[in-house]
Amino acid sequence: MLRVDAAAFDPGAELNAFSAGLTTAGAVVSFTGIVRDTPAGLAAMEIEHYPAMTGPAIAEMQTTAARRWDLAASLVIHRHGRLEPGETIMMVATAAPHRAAAFAATEYLMDYLKSRAPFWKKEIARDGTETWVAATPEDEDALSRWD
Amino acid sequence: MIDVVYFAWLRERIGLPREQVETRAETVADLVAELTAREPRYAAAFADTASVRVALDQSLAGFDAPLSGVREVAFFPPMTGG
Repeated sequence: MLRVDAAAFDPGAELNAFSAGLTTAGAVVSFTGIVRDTPAGLAAMEIEHYPAMTGPAIAEMQTTAARRWDLAASLVIHRHGRLEPGETIMMVATAAPHRAAAFAATEYLMDYLKSRAPFWKKEIARDGTETWVAATPEDEDALSRWD
Repeated sequence: MIDVVYFAWLRERIGLPREQVETRAETVADLVAELTAREPRYAAAFADTASVRVALDQSLAGFDAPLSGVREVAFFPPMTGG
């Protein structure tokens, strides 16, 4: 399950809907990402993406994760557009027979979403300064642990 | 003709999100060289190709990748999702 949308969503309701009806999965793990304020003061975060590539790229990550950890299901919701501090940007949930697989698959999806899903974040400070968020070497290193 | 799309600071530096380019470039690197020679705004956008990523028909590719049969080339900075 996958949704890329500008609209706000309720992560609790999404998690309940995801978990409902699972009978072969003994474990559900979820991660929710929230826009955090910065020391300089953040007015908003603007998230741009590549619509023709975003869905296929994320779906491929989910397929790889499902094969690697024998998942019962996975869910990715990612927003784009203008978000303010405290708003939910995205969530990932995975369901697996046992918790180790669900935790690992959630981390895998997070690492790949961070560096291989075509989103770009721009921070708009309260004084109007605009800064594109740069990818870090740590983000890239995080992928190598899954090789 | 090939569709070329730009995202994030590449889009801002070049000043447009998408254009059609008439080119005989054989590889991504050839196309970047052609664009860079066009106008300073392209040269500014492609000044540091180590911080530019490429997708050919929505799949990540390298600068040495051939453009034969490709319909859409995308240029963008390293991704920052999640």
